[in-house]
Amino acid sequence: MLSVVGKYFMFIGSLFINRERPSVYIKRIIDESILIGTQSVFIVAIVSLFIGAVSGLQTAHNLISPMVPLYTVGVIVRDMTILELAPTITCIVLAGKVGSNIAGGLGTMRITEQVDAMDVMGINSASYLVLPKVVAAMLTFPMLVSMAGFLSLLGGYMSTVFTGLLSSYDYVYGIRFQFLEYNIFVAIVKSVVFGYLISTVSSFMGYYTKGGALEVGQSSTVAVTNSCIAVLLADYFIAQLLF
Amino acid sequence: MIIVKNINKSFKGNVVLKNIDAEFSKGKTNLIIGSSGTGKSVLLKCIVGLVKPDTGIVEFDGRDLISTPYKGQKEIRREMGMLFQGSALFDSKTVQENVLFPLEMLNFRMNRGEMLDRVNFCLKRVGLENKNHLYPSEISGGMQKRVGIARAIVMNPKYLFCDEPNSGLDPQTAIVIDELIKEITEEFDTTTVIVTHDMNSVVTIGEHIVYLYKGEKLWQGANRDIMHAEVKELKDFIFASELMKKIKALS
Repeated sequence: MLSVVGKYFMFIGSLFINRERPSVYIKRIIDESILIGTQSVFIVAIVSLFIGAVSGLQTAHNLISPMVPLYTVGVIVRDMTILELAPTITCIVLAGKVGSNIAGGLGTMRITEQVDAMDVMGINSASYLVLPKVVAAMLTFPMLVSMAGFLSLLGGYMSTVFTGLLSSYDYVYGIRFQFLEYNIFVAIVKSVVFGYLISTVSSFMGYYTKGGALEVGQSSTVAVTNSCIAVLLADYFIAQLLF
Repeated sequence: MIIVKNINKSFKGNVVLKNIDAEFSKGKTNLIIGSSGTGKSVLLKCIVGLVKPDTGIVEFDGRDLISTPYKGQKEIRREMGMLFQGSALFDSKTVQENVLFPLEMLNFRMNRGEMLDRVNFCLKRVGLENKNHLYPSEISGGMQKRVGIARAIVMNPKYLFCDEPNSGLDPQTAIVIDELIKEITEEFDTTTVIVTHDMNSVVTIGEHIVYLYKGEKLWQGANRDIMHAEVKELKDFIFASELMKKIKALS
């Protein structure tokens, strides 16, 4: 276990030493941002819209009482969304989509000797292949999380207002009531950290794949599992650190 | 010239290479032959630096690749070209982009137009001038090998390495690839090292041959001498096929 952790940190180090020219990375970062970011918009939108809708609906059903003001539903949905659902659940979904994609892609390149081909040419394959993915994930994850937060609140609005549980005024008043901008900062910090963890853990699993097609599949599975664990651990520590 | 001295390599206690010494001459096709699992590919990977040997040195015209710092290694690697067993073409790039890749990454002196001219020259040299915009999955195995050769020679290498260039190819295509490698070796005056167990390659293009058996070098010499070598394991290897037995009987 410790040797794997050590190998992981050495792998991270190899991304930054003996790098290629900066111009090489700019194009790669743009390409990876499109792959990681743009192509994840649909799944993130669907998941966050429904999670927001369900959390709005369930909160409303549980809290509707003469003792509790109706706008409380909006407050709870907002805080749940911004602090936990948007960053953490979105990144768990992205660990599945992006993480398996990264590990599978790199694993296939490894077993078909494409990585070796780069090494023989004198190219730092780890840096060339992985660093742009890490930067792209750290850039696009906050955007996806921001979008997820917005759509989740929209989902909550649709499920509570359109079903007549709350009025539009109550819901909007709730999500604006005693709003803390700091929570947005926490969500963004989480998304950047999660982006880094998912991209590096998945790349690490893919880059060191050995064997054949079966092992590529296993690498992808382990990458997703480990990424999720890393995200949840980091979520806890960030909550401890920032509150 | 490439000189390999005292190369030893083991994986988790399993000894794969034992005290390998060999010389690979410039302008010649040097073959490393042997049965499957004898350490041929591991030796090639030690030579190109993909696997670090436990002991020994690998000199490229007097420069030891293993002990050289990263920057120096990079300089030596720029003079290498390698054709991999499965071609190792980048799936996401077209034929042209695959061949262009080393130039874009490593050649800072050429402008884009000169690079494309060089790519087209190399593709034409391997007989693939009209396949520029196809992806590796859209061309045959033989064509993929030729693209691999084009990519290997695009930097005008001093050293050319080929790992099982004929594997997975039909006999006719295998001959075409062998001849292409031989021609390129002469044309570019490269030090070419080929790992193979194809006896046809040994007979047709093997100018200098190193025979490995269970991780040890048992014989080396020219292809004209190999049929008369007095090493039992080598004889068994050469005359394993019925065709070679018949040739022997006829001669």
